[in-house]
Amino acid sequence: MPVDDVSVTIRGDADVVAARSMGRSLAEDSGFGMTDVTMIATAISELARNILKYAHEGEIVVETVQRNSRSGVSVVARDDGPGIADVGLAMQDGFSTADSLGLGLPGTRRLMDEFEIVSSPGAGTIVTAIKWLR
Amino acid sequence: MPVPILKQGDCRIASIQSALTDADMLDLRDELSDRVGRFRSKGVIIDVTVLDVLDSFASRTLRTISQMVRLRGAETVIVGIQPEVAFSMVQLGLSLDGVTTVLDLEEGLVHLERSRRARAARAGG
Repeated sequence: MPVDDVSVTIRGDADVVAARSMGRSLAEDSGFGMTDVTMIATAISELARNILKYAHEGEIVVETVQRNSRSGVSVVARDDGPGIADVGLAMQDGFSTADSLGLGLPGTRRLMDEFEIVSSPGAGTIVTAIKWLR
Repeated sequence: MPVPILKQGDCRIASIQSALTDADMLDLRDELSDRVGRFRSKGVIIDVTVLDVLDSFASRTLRTISQMVRLRGAETVIVGIQPEVAFSMVQLGLSLDGVTTVLDLEEGLVHLERSRRARAARAGG
């Protein structure tokens, strides 16, 4: 019976490696090819990094999803951190509030097929990113 | 896990063996900068063949290493970026601008040897 979801608590840099490695295995088991698997693993890495940088602690959940006879993998990054005041601004290339390259969220969106952020100041952030099997 | 650093003539080869944490990457940066000075190395090769992800932090650290090593008087070559890793880096918007990258270890050694000859020719002329 293949695993259909994995969850990793993100508290330190070793957890970033663990999250992307577990996500990679799940994506491989779900039938994704190397290019897609690498994009999913890279997206997980960036989302886990954002958790560490802005919220210091959170969780990454990777699971298989089905919708309208399509299947794929969803990555959910959840934290109770400061939240994002202006999600539209955070999605612009080059925008960053912490010391970073400022390409985290828009770059991560380009790696995945669907990308949604739910966040408001003080209420934490939930990012959901999905990649569909072709 | 620390990255083994091998010696090859006046070059140092950092041969990454497994996924690295951020702390491992920063240790590698410090170790290479130190060794370039201690052994008067002229070239550094970082072999990333086994890395299945090069995210924003890893890319930034590779760029920092390359700049630090240059300021210490040596040249860095990154070798072994896998095709799917390269594709993800481009999608993410990472370019490694200003960093020398070549296909594999063999080409990296050729590149550094060519630089060494060019230096010798300048010194001789």
